[in-house]
Formats: sequence, C-alpha cells, structure tokens
Amino acid sequence: MINYSLKRLASAVPTLLLLITVAFFMIRIAPGGPFDSERALPPDIEANLAAKYHLDEPLVMQYGRYLWQIVRFDFGPSFHYLDWSVNDLIAQGAPVSFTLGFLALLLALLIGVPVGTWAAMRQNRLSDYGVMSVAMIGISVPNFVMAPILILVFAIVLGWLPAGGWELSFSRLVLPVVTLALPMIAYIARITRASMIEVLHSPFIRTARAKGMPEKTIIIEHALKPALLPVISYLGPAAAAILTGSVVVERIFTIPGIGSYFVQGALNRDYTLVMGVVILYGVLIIIFNFIVDLLYAWLDPRIRYEDSEGRS
Amino acid sequence: MRALRVLLWMALLVTMLVACGGERASEPSAQAQRLATPVALELDAQGLPLPSLLASEQVLHRGNGEEPQTLDPHLSEGVPTANLLRDLYEGLTTTTADGRVVPGAAAHWDVSADGLTYTFYLDPNGRWSNGDPVTAADFVWSWQRVVTPDTAGSYARMLAPVRNAEAILSGQLEPQALGVEALNESTFQVRLESPTPYFLELLTHPTSYPVHRPSIEAHGSAHVRPGNLVSNGAYRLVDWQVRSRIGLERNPHYREHARVIIERVVYFPFEDENAEFNRFRSGDLHWTYQVPSGLFQWLQDNMGEALSVSPWFGTYFFSFNLTRPPFEDNRELRQALNLAIDRDIITQRVSRFGELPTFHLIPPGLPDYRPPEVEASNWTQAEREEEARRLYWQAGYSDDQPLVVELRYNTSENHRRIAVAVAAMWKQVLGVRTRLVNEEFRVFLQNRSQRRVTEVFRAGWIGDYQDAFTFLELFHSEHGRNDAGYNNVHFDQLLERIANERVPARRRNLMAEAERILLADQVLLPVYVYVSKRLVDPRVVGWAPNVMDQHLTRHMAVLRTAEQADD
Repeated sequence: MINYSLKRLASAVPTLLLLITVAFFMIRIAPGGPFDSERALPPDIEANLAAKYHLDEPLVMQYGRYLWQIVRFDFGPSFHYLDWSVNDLIAQGAPVSFTLGFLALLLALLIGVPVGTWAAMRQNRLSDYGVMSVAMIGISVPNFVMAPILILVFAIVLGWLPAGGWELSFSRLVLPVVTLALPMIAYIARITRASMIEVLHSPFIRTARAKGMPEKTIIIEHALKPALLPVISYLGPAAAAILTGSVVVERIFTIPGIGSYFVQGALNRDYTLVMGVVILYGVLIIIFNFIVDLLYAWLDPRIRYEDSEGRS
Repeated sequence: MRALRVLLWMALLVTMLVACGGERASEPSAQAQRLATPVALELDAQGLPLPSLLASEQVLHRGNGEEPQTLDPHLSEGVPTANLLRDLYEGLTTTTADGRVVPGAAAHWDVSADGLTYTFYLDPNGRWSNGDPVTAADFVWSWQRVVTPDTAGSYARMLAPVRNAEAILSGQLEPQALGVEALNESTFQVRLESPTPYFLELLTHPTSYPVHRPSIEAHGSAHVRPGNLVSNGAYRLVDWQVRSRIGLERNPHYREHARVIIERVVYFPFEDENAEFNRFRSGDLHWTYQVPSGLFQWLQDNMGEALSVSPWFGTYFFSFNLTRPPFEDNRELRQALNLAIDRDIITQRVSRFGELPTFHLIPPGLPDYRPPEVEASNWTQAEREEEARRLYWQAGYSDDQPLVVELRYNTSENHRRIAVAVAAMWKQVLGVRTRLVNEEFRVFLQNRSQRRVTEVFRAGWIGDYQDAFTFLELFHSEHGRNDAGYNNVHFDQLLERIANERVPARRRNLMAEAERILLADQVLLPVYVYVSKRLVDPRVVGWAPNVMDQHLTRHMAVLRTAEQADD
C-alpha cells in the first residue's frame, strides 16, 4: 500500500511539470498582453512595466524563473490585481470555493445516493420513471438557466433569500449550493440507480435473499458498498472541478471564489494567476484520483494495491 | 416501455420550456417594488439635510463594476477604482456633488501671470487618516513618485504638463528635477511646461493624489491593505475582500469631517450586470454601477424613480484604418459610409438608453468650447443617404461592384447589435457587403494598434478631464492610440499650438479648427454621446448627475422613508 502510494506520488511530478509547461506557453501564445488597455500606454511606461515584471526577458528565461518560483511555492505577483500576489488571491478565494463545493458535494451525495437506491428498488415502476425523468431535467438544465430562475423566485418574487453576495450564513449559501448541487444530485442518482440494479441482480445478493435477510440489511450492508464504486469514480474528477469553483455560479451570485480566475485571468492575460489556478486544479485532480483509487480498495475486496508480483 | 418514452418526451419538453424561460430572464417579471419613498428633503443653514430627516443608519452600498486593480492612486486606472480613490483620498482640488472643481487639500492658490506657476496653500486642517498633517513635502514626494520610471504607473502621463515630467518618465532626468517645490510646510509650488487651462481639474484625478510616505516605506506594495493604508480623504479603508467587498469608514481626521454624513460605504464589485441588478432589486444595494442593456423601457416603466440617465463625457464611434485599402486615400468612400448610417435609429432602436446621436468627436457640454459646424447634421436622413450614394459611386463602387468590408468589434452584446445595425444600413443604402468580425478584447486592441488587418473598427473614448484636447490628441500622428493611422502634419502642428496657447479664446478657436479638420478628413464615424446610467435608491440624496460622472460619497446622505417619518 505505502509502496503504491509513493509510486503514485512520484508519477504526479512529471504530470504536473507537463501541465505547467503546456499551460505556460499556451497562455503566452494568446495575442495581447496584461498591460494592454483602451488607453494605450506610452512606450516608455510600457517598457518600465515590462521590466518590473520581467516580461522583457526571453520566454525561456521567464519559464525557468517561473519553475524556480513554483518549487518555492511562490506563484508570483498577479499582473492584474496589482496589490495582491497569486498566493494571496488563491488563499482568499480557495476557502470560498472549497466551502461551496464541499457543501454542494455533500448535498448531492446525501440526496443522490438514497434517491438512486430507492429508484433501483422500484425498477421500471412509475415512481422510478418519475424520479429518473426529474433527474434527467436536472442534468439537462444548465446552471446559467437554473441560477437566474432560483434568484427570480426566491430572492425577488418571494424575497426569502438574498440575491447573491458572499457571507458564511445559511441564507446566502442556500441558492448557490443548490444550483451547484442539482446537476450532481441528478448524476449521482442515475449512476447509483444503474449500478444498484446491477448489484441487486448479482449472485451474492440472491444468496442473501435466499438466506431470508431483510431487504433493508441487504441494501445497506451488502449492496450499497459495491454499488457505490461507479459513483466514487465519478466523484474524483467531479470533486476537483467543483472545489475549484464554478465560473457561472460565481458570476451570477457574485461569489469571490477562484472559478472566475480561470476565465477572468485568461481575458486579462493575468499569466501568473491563470497558472496558479491551473496548477491548483491539476494538483486537486491528482489527489482526488488517488483518493478514489484508495476508496476502491476499501469498497471492493477484489481490488488490492500490493506489489503486483506478490499477488498476480 | 411506452410509459418510459412518454415520460422522456415530457422531460424533454419541460427542459426546453425551462431553458426558453431562462433566455428571457432578462425581461423581469412584474413584482412588488421594494423601493421606499423617502421624506421630503430640507436643508439646514450649512446646506446639510436636517438631522431629523436622516435614516438612523448612515450606510451606503454601492455597486462598482469590476474589482479594482489596485488602491494605489499612482498605479490605478479605470472608473471603478477612481470611484473608490475619490472617497479615500483628496487631491489639491476636488469636486462638488454636481461636478464643479473646488478647493480640496489646497484651501486656495495663486496662478502667475504667464499661467506657468501655480502656488497652492494647503488647508491647515488637512490630516492623514492616522492624524499626521498633510504637508507640501507630501505632495512633492508623491508627485516625484508618480513620474519615477520604477513606479510604472499607467496614468503617469497625467502629470505631463508639469515641468520635466516627460523627461523623467523616459529616464533622461532624475525625479528630483520635477517642477515641484515645498516653499514651506504648507505651500506647494508647481511649474508647468506650458499653460494648461485644465490643470486645476487634473488635480482631481487620482494620479495627482498625495500618498503617505511613511506607510509606503514601511509596507511597500502592501501599503494599500486594510490596516496599512493611510489616506487623506473623507473615508479610510477598513475591510477588503477581493471580488467581494471593500468597506470604508468615515475618517475622523478628515478636514471637513463634520460635514460628512454617511458613516460607512461598502463597494461591491460585479462581473455581471444582471447580478448587480438583482442585488439592487432585492434591496442589497443603494447605488448601481450600470444597468442591464436592453431593459431601458422596462426600467422607465417600473423603476423610473430610481433610474438616472445623463450625458457622459464620451463618444462612441467607428474608426477607419487609413493605412490600408480600401480606406487609404479614399475620403469619398469614408464619407459615404459615414452619411449612410442613421444615428437616430441606432440610439432609439438599438442602444436604447437615451444616448445622443452625434456627428462630432467631442461631446457637447464643454463650457469653454464651441464645436465646428458639420453640414450633414442639418440635413434630413434622406438627403444624407442621397449624398452617400453619390460619393459611393464617385469612389468607384456600384451595385455590380460593391464594397466588401470588414467591421471589427470586441465582444459585447451592445457592440454586436450596433455593428449589425450599421452593416444593415450600409447594405440597404449603398449595397455594401460587410463581414462582421468579433474579437476578444485584447486581440482586438492588438489588431487595432498594429493596423495590419483592420478596416473599420469600433472605438470610443471617455475624456479624462473636461477639455477638448483629451479627445483631439488621440489623432496626433505619434499618439499610442492613433489606431486609424491618421497622419496630417497640419493637424499635428495645430495640436502643438493648442498646447502652448495662453489666450483662452484663441485656444478655443484652434481646438475647433482641429476638430473641423479631423471630421472633414472623415477619419472617424461618430455614432453617439455616451450616457451614464444607473439605479439609485430614492432615499439617497446629495448627488447630482454630472458630465464626468463623479459622485463622492461624502456629499451624500440616506433619508428616512415616509413611513418611518410618520412613526
């Protein structure tokens, strides 16, 4: 197990390096620079700015300088938000996105798994179709449609909840969390249902039923664990994506997470900020995929990550 | 299986309905208005609202466009940042609620007879937010900081009228050579390169604000953080959460502290105009930075008492690339395209926010400027179109040989709609075939300034100070934003004469002549004068629309509502 973990971590280093290199040169290919604006800068001031941020050096040197910074966990100054470093911006935005993403993820699991299981137990009955149709809608309605509808209904017509803004209060969190969670609930419910149906038809469940075990025990103690495997593999990348924020939800609810930085950073040619969030996203994906693999081993006794020579 | 199929179809139908509803979400549904009616305003002897009329909580929530890039006045640019800095800092001069330039950190000043030397006498009550006195030495140090090349301020050129500023910026002289001097603790003298009639107004611009030397030396670039920032304005910074809120509080050391009514002002950044609108509707904001495009009629009908629309000091126009065919050396063609568009239709049917159609570059309303006559502005649209056709044929184009042209604009719903309308008008009147090219903003800017692919492109300009020169200088052959590539020696010479002219009447005539040449050369296609538009809670008083769209919180107050007054 430990051996396996170390190997996985070691293989993450070249992956990250590749990610950094590709992202670094790709964003530099985009025309225009961070200090372009409708009011053109006089050439001498532009030169002063370029010198201040080392943009006057050859690209390869800038790349080397950047790698050296990364090694020291310094993501450099933001080219757009002049008063903050990228570390500052991520330190302020990431907790917001993490909180929101974590709550949405939790909500999605707490609703999606039971609903999917329940639908599986009523396979091909009307209630199953009903639930799955609603889930289909949940998946198909994009959040830039759902969010304004929720705001219109709950903030403006009913006036129960604020229309946006960030605060660690229940009322301000409800709408964005629900918007983020809805498509995930739907996804998780559908995946759970499909895999639960499969598991319920497998021989070991038949054996349990033949032994006269109550249905509740069969589902919770025997069927749920293996049925969750596909959900877990969906959750790995999904968690990385949702924890790094959502551009749409952040814009519509004016939430200061890091999701917008992917888009705003690119539009502003804020090279360092884009690199910072891309690296963060990459690291999270690597971590979550790793966790998923560990969970697999825990959920499915057939999977073991020992030295392959010993087992196979 | 049948049941499943029926259900799937139903699901699809519902989804489509919901999705359509979303697209029309920009058209708000009718709903109960939350805007409260305030008590009638009455002023006391000092011109302040009677205390009995004020709301018990003097807190103002202002929507403020995008997140400021910086709160360092010498590095800042952009309107949202300037709004904040005007509350935090104060220049030698400042503005009243209706935008007039009045004494600020300087109580009064003398100007020498040749207009080249300004002597400012600082207000003896001037204090930094930590209690330190504001001194002439602070101004000397601050202005030298602005022009130091290492500061790399993008607006440093605002101080260009000051002697030696340009030479220092380009590294030829030391910052100490700047034409500023502290005659004593409270007297600050400035020497200019040439008489600059708008100099006193320049001093309301953030670039000219003093900064607190000890805190910059102690904290470096972190001097703008809450807890570190020391400023000399009516408010001080207490809280800053990036892309969420910036909170300011009344500065107890401010020289006119007793006249400041709003206790706390919170600026909220928005990346989305609809998000801001929703926050206003749900009662979270008193003041918006903008209003969603395309909602003008609805807002007039439903929120008329909160909607404020007034002319702004800016012009929306299209510009021709004069360095490439088909517009190089082809004045007739440019004029034909200029005359063929119907500005009334664009402002009334397309942009629809009360913008003023214009044939000029320089917006109306300048006190010291009389614009040149543009003949076509007195014609009917039919006459313009007839003349347009004549010029188009004269330029060698016809129905069989139509002009094929690219119209470039940057991503924005308003720009797109205007470009579509312009292309349709050209097609209808002249038969021109227009290809619309939409580009992301920075790509667009780069293409504009390189002049290698552009033909006709969107442009626009908001004046930095109330003087025609801020518009005219854009077309100097060496100006960095002369994306048209206009190169007219006579025009360049006129600009230099304007810069050195001391007699106001002569300067005015020279500027009108410069604009006349520019328009006669058909360098640009003016469309409309911008308007500033926002929603303001009717309880907020102490502000007035003004052409520079500057609204200092220190002039404002929140009134009680009529119901509260009855209690």
